Amino acid sequence: MPEPGGRAASSPLVGGAAEPTLAELSAPGRRAWSLPALDVPEAALDLPEAAAPPPLPEVAERDLVAHFTRLAHRSFGVDLGAYPLGSCTMKYNPKVCDWAADLAGFRQLHPATPPLLAQGALEVLREAEEILCEITGMARATFQPPAGAAGELTGLLIMRGYHQARGNPRSKVIIPDSAHGTNPASVSLAGYRAVPVPSNSRGMVDLDALRGLVDEEVAGLMLTNPNTLGLFEEQITAIAGAVHDAGGLVYYDGANLNAILGVARPGDMGFDIVHSNLHKTFATPHGGGGPGAGPVAVVSHLAPYLPGPLPTRQPDGTLAWEMPAASIGRVHGGHGNFLVVVRALAYMRALGGAGLRRVAERSVLNARYLERLVAAEYDLPYAEPCMHEFVASAARLKRETGVRAADVAKALLDLGFHAPTMYFPLIVEEALMVEPTETESPETVEALAASLLAIAHLAREDPAGAHEHPRATPVRRPDDARAARRPVLTWFMEDP
Amino acid sequence: MDIPEDRRYTDQHEWALLEASGVRLGITDYAQEALGEVVFVRLPEVGRRVAAGDTIADIDSTKSVAEVYAPMDGIVDAINEALPANTQWVNDDPYGKGWFALIAPDDPGAIENLLDAAAYRALTGQ
Repeated sequence: MPEPGGRAASSPLVGGAAEPTLAELSAPGRRAWSLPALDVPEAALDLPEAAAPPPLPEVAERDLVAHFTRLAHRSFGVDLGAYPLGSCTMKYNPKVCDWAADLAGFRQLHPATPPLLAQGALEVLREAEEILCEITGMARATFQPPAGAAGELTGLLIMRGYHQARGNPRSKVIIPDSAHGTNPASVSLAGYRAVPVPSNSRGMVDLDALRGLVDEEVAGLMLTNPNTLGLFEEQITAIAGAVHDAGGLVYYDGANLNAILGVARPGDMGFDIVHSNLHKTFATPHGGGGPGAGPVAVVSHLAPYLPGPLPTRQPDGTLAWEMPAASIGRVHGGHGNFLVVVRALAYMRALGGAGLRRVAERSVLNARYLERLVAAEYDLPYAEPCMHEFVASAARLKRETGVRAADVAKALLDLGFHAPTMYFPLIVEEALMVEPTETESPETVEALAASLLAIAHLAREDPAGAHEHPRATPVRRPDDARAARRPVLTWFMEDP
Repeated sequence: MDIPEDRRYTDQHEWALLEASGVRLGITDYAQEALGEVVFVRLPEVGRRVAAGDTIADIDSTKSVAEVYAPMDGIVDAINEALPANTQWVNDDPYGKGWFALIAPDDPGAIENLLDAAAYRALTGQ
């Protein structure tokens, strides 16, 4: 039996002194850059008078690279080991995708290049759009939104544009009580009121409650399927039908698309608008604030409202930029995070249709295997078979030992795994949301399960000690309540 | 789990205590235990008119965010000014120093519509 490749217990995460901040490393006059000599005639720029440069840290390239390398060595990343952070799909990203994004023709292309000189890039966007539409069952897509939440807002503005064109933008959007926190935030930002629909005892949308909420003021429903509990909404066509009957639209939050790639299509379930997270499902590194991509795909009768311009095939076979007829406008400068789309297309092409389907099958298999392995110590509040992730509850452990979900998550770091998502969704007490993803081997899944069980056993033997993890990491156990109540800023930018 | 007999409760885990000066409002021991360590509270403006069920305050804890709802119709008469700088009171003393607001109710009798301690105990499975 091979050792589990996803256990990072041998990582030299253990550090000595605290890493200084860039401000502490700063010395006047040091630079990490130099400009080449001027090789064109000097010309005056007609710009407003420049303000004094801000007093940013001044650090030499050598010290700057060393600083970030040391920080990287102390950070847990997907390339270091398994990262079962539920809902985030922190899977390993094949390096071939980096190779594609690093091709000079893509990397050095300016977004304002005339389209006839950038046909290759337009072809990338068009082909990625076609594949994404085939996967989701939609007609057209935009790659402008740079993140999932930006995709949500874009989708809701398309929803608003559609209803506005019919005379009434409507006022409410229904979201399940297990929804991602970004959903109600996006709904508010788009000028709608979020109305929660409760889950039933099986963890699914309560269809009768939904029917009672749907009226002529409901612009639409936002849903992710599999839902936030990792369960497949079996009544999805009836759910979509109830909203459509009142003239509303149904929005698919693509956070959980990884579970159904090549197996089921949101379009076939009755969804009208789909955002997907290329940085989750289609192999782009994430977790540090980007760059990401949250493309939005829509059914054909909503295509006129998409942001633009979109690459559109001309009679001579070339691609040109065209603005959709009733476009909501641009939602991002340039054409979004283009190199993320290059990575995604490389991933789609490398795996092919059959390979993408295997992604979904393996992600579900790994989650179900892990769920069974840990069921002895962690309660599963819903008896349904999970999809790509599951929500376990540490409530029993907390009652019996005082050890909470947060203690379990932090102890896992000491055993070489990143923590799962904690305390979400809110409808499960002491929730641990676990998503092993398809990229982990059976040995890694088994080692992860053994670690979760070992933590529970340890909690019974030494409950006091269980609150002290992690012990082996450079920063051990921050007091997160005190950090939020009494933040201590160690550096202030001085006024120039 | 502490559920004092002297006050009424909502199914959203607020308590309401009828006093000479109005109805004092806070969140229950059950609620603070479920939320975990409270790190931020946002209180309503004094003088604001609220209807039963309106969001009257926001709470952030280290593990989630929550809203506090007005238990009955009325006008916000006073707020616990010291609470935002001492959010640990919500955890340490939810029925005392951790109070949120004092409401001048339109109809003090409406408090009878809220849950009594026995009903709230049943609701929380205590």
